[in-house]
Amino acid sequence: MREHENEWTGLMRLAISGDDGAYHRLLRSVTPVLRAAARRGLSRAGQPVDQSEDIVQDILLAVHLKRHTWDTNAPFAPWLFAIARNKLIDSLRRRGRRIFVDIDDFAETLAGEPEPETAPAGEVAAQLQTLPARQRDVLQSIAVESASIKDTARKFAMSEGAVRVALHRGLASLTARLKEQ
Amino acid sequence: MDTEQLIRSLAADNSHRARPVGYVLMLALLAAAPVSLLIFFAELGVRPDIMTAMKNPFFDLKFAVTLALAISAIAVALHLSRPEASLRGFGWYLLIPAGLLVAGIGGEMMMPQRAPMMTRLVGNNSRFCLTWIPVLSLPLLIAALVGLRHGAPARPAVSGAIAGLVSAGFAATFYASHCTDDSPLFVATWYTLAIALVAAAGALIGLRVLKY
Repeated sequence: MREHENEWTGLMRLAISGDDGAYHRLLRSVTPVLRAAARRGLSRAGQPVDQSEDIVQDILLAVHLKRHTWDTNAPFAPWLFAIARNKLIDSLRRRGRRIFVDIDDFAETLAGEPEPETAPAGEVAAQLQTLPARQRDVLQSIAVESASIKDTARKFAMSEGAVRVALHRGLASLTARLKEQ
Repeated sequence: MDTEQLIRSLAADNSHRARPVGYVLMLALLAAAPVSLLIFFAELGVRPDIMTAMKNPFFDLKFAVTLALAISAIAVALHLSRPEASLRGFGWYLLIPAGLLVAGIGGEMMMPQRAPMMTRLVGNNSRFCLTWIPVLSLPLLIAALVGLRHGAPARPAVSGAIAGLVSAGFAATFYASHCTDDSPLFVATWYTLAIALVAAAGALIGLRVLKY
């Protein structure tokens, strides 16, 4: 684990100095750890663990949008886990309320059906549909169709700068909408 | 969108660089300060005997206390804008203005006084002080909250209260140049009460707006 954490700190420093590949590796490397933590949190709160993926995505978005609050001289893991804990508590609270309201409607279906290991995350995908068309198209092109910024710019006849702006705004408004819901 | 896809879009956005929280906070405060000053000069203005008052060390002490409060609260607010931060090790910053004030009260006690203690404490402008410090704080409080929203505070209410201290510290600095009550006893009572009101408002608003 220790080595893991040193590796994260190194990757995050590279990411901040402009290495997109290092950033991608870092996010992929922290995701399983976040997923395990989300599952633990859900099961401890007596909630179905198959909802963990929404929490993981919520944490990843916050990590991304708040990474300027990480002190590059400090280890990365405590910062990451502080955000993860905060987001986990938040969504447990939200889910707690929602489940309380919905349980009567769905109790029978829940009991009848075997649950899948982990349900695909639905919240980010649902909010994606509510974004302004340009932000949604750019996000979809880059995330789902895995097009590069350059290809996306060509496809929508936009400048690369405009694609970058739309991408960032899209991610920021996704996060804002997840918080409001 | 599955998580792998989300990660791809985050990595593609890596080139976006957000400004440091301190920079955004300063910018917001600088934008709001003229609004507070405008209210101050339109409604209050500096006291007419300011030139003689400046020779009174207890008049000057008011500015030392309020500015020390604003500056140490900024330091604490910036520290708390990081998700893994706690007040431990930083809370004592806020004791600096309190210490200055206590030293001032001690100093005044040792000097011969024309007015009895309760008269100095009650002063002439306590209602005014309790009204105007919060009013002058308001634009700065909004600015401080906007600035801190850019961070990731672990405890929104605590950060909101500190934002209240930042704004009330500056507002009290403006107000101090109008106020004719210079006794540290008056400052310790009424300024503190007014500042605490703003901090409480900051905590309540912060709870709602500072969640990241």
